[in-house]
Order: sequence, then C-alpha cells, then structure tokens
Amino acid sequence: MTQAILSLGDLQVHFAVRGPFNRRVGSIKAVDGVSFDLMPGEVFGLVGESGCGKSTLGKAIMGIHKPTAGEIWFEGQRIDGLTPAARRAVRHSLQYAYQDPGASLDPRWKIGSSLHEPLVIHTDLDAAARDARIRSILEAVGLPDTHLDLYPHEISGGQQRRVGLARILTLHPKVVILDEPTSGLDVSVQATVLSLFRGLRETFDLTYVLISHDLAVIRTMCSRVAVMYLGRIVESGPTDAIFDRPRHPYTRSLVAAIPKIGGVRVTRDFWLQGEPPDPGNLPSGCRFRTRCPKATDLCAREEPALSALAPGAVACHFPD
Amino acid sequence: MKPGWRRGLGRFASDRASALGLALLLVLIVAAIFAPILAPFPGDVADFHTANRLRAPDAVNWLGTDRMGSDLLSRILFGARITITIAVVAVGSAVLVGVPIGLVAGYYGGWPSNLLMRVSDIFLAVPQIVLAIAIAQTLGPSIENVILALSITYWPFWARLVFAETRSLKNEVFIESAIALGASPLRVMTLHVLPNIASAIIVRTSIGMGATILTAAALGFLGLGAPPPTPEWGRMIAESREFLPEAWWYATVPGVAIFMVVMGFNLLGDGLRDFLDPRIRRGAGVK
Amino acid sequence: MTALLAVEDLSLGFATEAGFASVLDRVSLSIERGQVLGLVGESGCGKTTLARAILGVLPRETARITGGRVSFRGTDLLTADPASVNQTIRGRAITFVPQDPFTSFNPVFTVGDQIMEILKWKSPRADQPHGRGWLPAVVSRYPADRKRLDFDAVLELLDAVQLPRPDQMLRKYPHELSGGQRQRLMIAMALLPGPDLVIADEPTTALDVTIQAQILGLIRRLATERNVAVLLTTHDLGAAYEICDAVNVMYAGQDVESAPVDRFFAAPAHPYTTKLLASLPDADGTARGIPGEVPGLITPPGGCRFHPRCERADGPCREERPPVDQLGGGHWVRCYHPHREAT
Repeated sequence: MTQAILSLGDLQVHFAVRGPFNRRVGSIKAVDGVSFDLMPGEVFGLVGESGCGKSTLGKAIMGIHKPTAGEIWFEGQRIDGLTPAARRAVRHSLQYAYQDPGASLDPRWKIGSSLHEPLVIHTDLDAAARDARIRSILEAVGLPDTHLDLYPHEISGGQQRRVGLARILTLHPKVVILDEPTSGLDVSVQATVLSLFRGLRETFDLTYVLISHDLAVIRTMCSRVAVMYLGRIVESGPTDAIFDRPRHPYTRSLVAAIPKIGGVRVTRDFWLQGEPPDPGNLPSGCRFRTRCPKATDLCAREEPALSALAPGAVACHFPD
Repeated sequence: MKPGWRRGLGRFASDRASALGLALLLVLIVAAIFAPILAPFPGDVADFHTANRLRAPDAVNWLGTDRMGSDLLSRILFGARITITIAVVAVGSAVLVGVPIGLVAGYYGGWPSNLLMRVSDIFLAVPQIVLAIAIAQTLGPSIENVILALSITYWPFWARLVFAETRSLKNEVFIESAIALGASPLRVMTLHVLPNIASAIIVRTSIGMGATILTAAALGFLGLGAPPPTPEWGRMIAESREFLPEAWWYATVPGVAIFMVVMGFNLLGDGLRDFLDPRIRRGAGVK
Repeated sequence: MTALLAVEDLSLGFATEAGFASVLDRVSLSIERGQVLGLVGESGCGKTTLARAILGVLPRETARITGGRVSFRGTDLLTADPASVNQTIRGRAITFVPQDPFTSFNPVFTVGDQIMEILKWKSPRADQPHGRGWLPAVVSRYPADRKRLDFDAVLELLDAVQLPRPDQMLRKYPHELSGGQRQRLMIAMALLPGPDLVIADEPTTALDVTIQAQILGLIRRLATERNVAVLLTTHDLGAAYEICDAVNVMYAGQDVESAPVDRFFAAPAHPYTTKLLASLPDADGTARGIPGEVPGLITPPGGCRFHPRCERADGPCREERPPVDQLGGGHWVRCYHPHREAT
C-alpha cells in the first residue's frame, strides 16, 4: 500500500480579530479541522467558494501561514513546526504555483536569472549544469531559449505564466500546489493552460493539489475532490461521485449551480438562498444549517464529523 | 541594464526641466574638477590683495572681488569642490546608514523594527538644522564636522523611505514567491527588494543633495563650517552681510551659485522620478 | 417594430502612445424591448468598450468614434445634444450594472445615501429640470414629498432583489456588505430610475458560483417582470445560456455571429464560436484551446480579424471583412466559410 506523500491531521489556521488597543476580540477560523491524505501521482482538488479557506490551507501547507493547531506531514516528516531554515529544505520538493505564476517573477530580473535562482538557492550545481537543466525545462513548457535574455514585461502574459511554472519545476518538486490556476483566464486560454499542466505532470511525475472555485476545471483535472465550506471539508471522494451523486446538501447546491449548456436552465429553480454566514461568527452545530433545507435541531446542536461513506466521506447528519 | 531605459532616456533628455537640471549639475561638476584651470586667479583661494577689495564686476574680475580683494569667480569655482564634497559625503553616509536600517526594519517587522523606526522618529522630530547646529557647535567649526552633523541628522529620511517601500513591497507576489522558493532573507532584501526600491532611493538622494547643500550653506553662514579663508559659499554670504547693499555682488554671486546647484538637483530628482517610473519605463504599449 | 437599441456599423478607437488602436470595427447589434441579449467575447474583444460607447462614457481625450450610429428609441445618441442625453437617457432610460460592485461604491458614504443621491436626480418622478433658476444644480433641493415616495420605491426594490431587512442595509457602508449583496444593490440601483435598457457588464464574474446562479436568476426574473431589456456582456458562455434570449459574439472588435440562444448553442456557424464552445471543459475532460493569440489592435489583421487563427481562412478572409450572411430564424454570421447545418 502506497504511503501518502502529504498528510494533514486536523489542521487549524485561525486569524485573530483585533479590536481597539490590539486586543484579541475574536478569531476567524479560516481552516478549522482539515485532514486528508495526498497519494503520489494524483490530482487532488480542493473546491469551495470564497471564504471557505482553501487558499489559506494551501498557504499553510507551504508554510506561508503558521498553523494554529494540527499536523502536516510531508514524505514521512512533520513539517508544520520547522524552523525557517529547515523549512527551506522542504520547499525544494513542495512547491506552490500562484494564481498568476507570471507575477512571481521579479520584474527587474531577466528571465534567465529568475530561472537560475531556485537552483542557486537549493543546489550546488555549477553554472553549466544549471543552464542545461533550465533549457530542458523551457522546452518542456514550450518556450524558446531566446526568452532567457528577456525581461518579464517583454513577453506576453501567457508566456510569463509558463516561465513562472518553469521556475517552480527547475527544482523537480514532487508536489505542486496550484492555487486558482485558471482564475481570470478566458475559456480558450484555460484549456491551453490545463493541458500544459497535464503534460507537465506526466513529464515530471508530479502530484498536484488543485485549489479552485471553478467546478468545471476541477472536474476535468482532478481524480479526487474535497469540498470545503467555511473552513471544513464537508464532502470528499472520487470526482465522478462528487459530481454525479453528491451527498452533502452544499455539494448538491454547488453542482446544481453550474450551467449546463444544452440542458435545463439551472437559474430558474436554483434553491440555495442567502449567503454564507460571517466567518467570525459561525452558527452552532453544523455551519451549513442556516441555509440547509434539511436542517433540524440535531444540526444546531452537534457539528457533524467527516465520516466515511463509500466511495468517499461526508460531514452531514442526513446525507443523501 | 534597466529595461526600457533607452526610450526613457530619450524622454528624459527631451524633458526640458530635467535636461536643465542635468546641465546645471554638469556645470557644477566641471567647475569643481577644473577649478584650477578655469579660475582666472587660482591663488585667490588663499591670497588676498587688499588694494583690490570690494571691486564691482569688471573686465578683470568678472564677478567682482570680496573684502580681501580675492576674485569672487575663482573662489566660487573652488568653493564648488567643497560643496560637492559635503553633499556627496554627507548624503552618501546617510544613505549607507539609513537604507540598511530601513530594509531590515521593513522586512522583519515586529519590535526590532518598531525600535529602529522610533529611533529614527526621534531624529526626525528635531528640525535638521537645529540638530546640525548643535552637533557642529559641540564639535567645533570645520568641514568634517559639518559633514558629520549632516549625515547624523539625515539618515532617518532614507530609513523611513526604505522602511515604507519595503513594507509595501513585501506583499508583492514575486517577493512572497521568492520566500516560498526558499530564498534567505538577506537574499530577498538585497537582490529583490533593493533593486525594486532603488528608484525611490535615487530620487530622494538627488533631492537630498540639494537640501544638504542648502543646510551646509546655512551652517557655513552661521560660522560653523570651515574657517576662513576656505571659499565655502555659505561663509561667503555671511562675510558679505556687512557690505550690503553697496557690494551687491558679494552676496549675490554665492547666493546664485547655491540656488543654481540646489535647483539643479531638484530638477534632476524630478526628472529621475518620472524617468524611473515603472509605468513609463516598462510601457509595452497597447496590445 | 423598431428595435429599442440599434447599434449600426459602430467603429471607434483609442489614441495611444504606440498608435491608434482600432477597438471596434463596424459593430452592429440590436435589442428589442424586454429582450435579454448576451454579448459574448473574450478579454480584449471590445464588449466593455461597446457598452461604454452606448452609455456615452468613453474617455474623452483618447477615444475617437470613426463611424456608425447608436440609435436608441429612434434617436442617434452620438449626435444628440449631450446635455439632454445626460438628463434623460444616461442613468435613466439606460442604466448600468458594473462588473466590480466594490469599487463602484463610494467608500465614505452609506449605501442609503448613495442610492437616494441617484434618485434625487434620476427618479422617474422627477420631472422638473435640475437647478432652480440661476442656482447650480448641485444646490437644488430634494422635495420632501418626492423623497418619501422615492424612499418607498427603494425599499420595495430592495425587497425585490431579495436583500434582507432593507432599512438596516441602507445604513451600512459598502465595505460592510458582501459581494453578492453589493451586486444586488447595484441591480436595484439600475432599476430604480425605471429604465428601458440595463447594460450589465460581466455582473457575475467576480462572484461565487452559487451567488452567480442567484444573481443571474434575479436579473432574468426582474427583466421579464418589468419588461426591461438587458444587454449582458460576459465571457461566460454558461451564463449566456442561462438567461439570454439571444447571443452576439465578438472577436477583436468585430461582431462575428448572432443567434437566438437555443440555435446559437445547437448550431453555431462561425469558426470562432465553434472553437469557443469546444474549449469549454467537457465532463470527460477534453477541452481544446484555440491556437494563437488575440491580435493587437494597433495593427490588427485585415479583413476578418480571426483569420490568422482559423483553419478555413483563405484569400477573401484576409482582404475584406465578410458581410452579414442571414442564415434564417434570426441567425446571422459574418464569415465566408461558416459551418452550415446539415439539412
């Protein structure tokens, strides 16, 4: 049985809400008890709407946010409490791709220098060896060698994106966290970007954690999906099961909200009302109960735990 | 090479104000370097000819003579050397002290940064000239002490500027991703933050030079600068006071010199700020 | 029956440092009363510029209209008296729902203040000209009786857009509201003056998918109830499918196809449209991108601007822009080699 390459154990990331005089008056539980195992080679999707905590989760895994509680295990080693110096070594294998990887390039550095930088920081390769590796990566992302002497603003946005990805790949990481990789892109460009990701995954044998609010993207890319709502996973399982037979009422509403061209119009009878509650002031019990058509007293008293329900897991007292 | 600099340089040179500023400063530099050659009476830096005292500008002394009979034009030209020295050394040391302090304070935050910024606030709370006078008085009148006084009082301006810029730059995606990539803080500060805030520093430095010269002249005017017969411009204005308004050239000549140099630095600074503006520099045009 | 809004052969561009960017090239569209028209296109296609041109809010210094008409209720807005257009049309007969509801609100005033401010000038009950005599309009009074009626209308409309406790909401500041709530407010503000046409510029792009579904449903319902025409610009084909009666496609400043919605999705004719639809991810994961990139508008390709990326392109495509080809049933396309339905 293969070992999980990345494991989260009841991870919590809370942000203090400060009132006057910098006193802590409350906290926003951006991530409130998330656990999952990431298997090597898979594409794991984290989907949810704004405020659900998926981006915070991605950054916490990377060490950009410090977890308030819980554990993060990577390749058998616990990484959540490491010193910054020890953390740097981990970053070699665990990388993070921003929504716009092109923005991760220093505008005053030539592209070649930006590509060399990860290798300079993490490896002892000499200039020639670094050069060779960079050229092979450029080829893998479909960019010509001539780009090495250009500045980011001298190439198009799409090419900047590829350079940003190439930079991450120079370290041959094992796991890459993709944070909203297609957000803001036109549909036709999205398709190109997604096929680029797929190709890179095969070439470099990568494992992805794909964070997105776009269900269509999740559906085409991911093998397993976890749905997040207000800091917790409410349902997880294989992609097809999540989309075809959702069990949690929130998942059902998400799937119901996607327009299906050629089919029935979803907006006509869309049933989910209202908005998510204030994250600083969560409802008691199940946090979805204020909008859930099935809510009962039990839901107000007791928060449902994420429990296995083949083929995945659901956190609901009355799953479908 | 900074990106897009060629187009920007063209724009810079064609902007009349910045071209004028550059021209004025070139005149200053040429005057300073070539003073021995350009001055009609190079000896007048130290010599005096009382017979010639307080002559109005004429064919021999183009800008008149001072109370010791020395040629004002020559003294002004040699004074340019002092001016440049003071400006470069004082501002240079202020930059070398203030920039790293600002970088570290801006990058790390927390109580050390608070401490550093409060210290610089203390310095900033006192008017620069008052503090400079106090220091120069304590240490005694000399050019070196003027430079010292100026740099001690001036570094907080850069510290604060760099602190603010670093703090805002820290939120940029490329800085965050450099950190995520595993770059050490030193690397991030020197190789990523510093180049991106360099333009702000350069602009401030240029304008700071002008302000420093003005303050140095004020100190010299108050007698805290070099002792006579050093041809320091501020001191020359001080000497001229008792001979006004008849010997109008005596105060006007060094005054105009100071004015032109300070204006030159200010115009250059303004021009540099536009030139270095990333939007202009990096304009790739409409797609 | 004359269309409510008819844009005919509108061409305009912007003067930039690098040259004149031809942003719209002989674009035409027409909307009937009460119709919801979707204007679909990717970034840079000119749909927002077209919306702004109809409203007459293009940047004055750089925008130049080089041809065409914008005919609203029979009057050409481009040549009409600007003052009367400002008073009777903009913000009254034609209103606007912007893309980003956050930056559209003034952060230092409550939303109630801002809404009442709009009604002070553009209420359907206001019939006097602004200003009293020689006093400038800014200091004119807001008649108390009209104010009361307007306020009631506001509460009623906030209820219609499903905002809970409208009276409390009006006392809040923009930053205290969520994106969905702000967008509902914008829709309410667009409907308060009693317009004939609402231009909604990507109204749901910034919103979550469940909120998007709510807002789109709301727009459709209100438009039908109040017989208000809607020009909806979007790059989201799903949104267009959901609530539009007809869809127009734009590419790089040119309009390329228009059809009633079901026909549009069932039998697209223009190669760009078919490629666009093919790039939507299917359930099985296949999605084909469109090779190439959107052209720059300073030196755009000649003729049909899509020809560099089209496998059907040949000589005439590069020379001369294709004329309108009526395919029947309200479906037209501008292409020399459209996909034809199998008969």
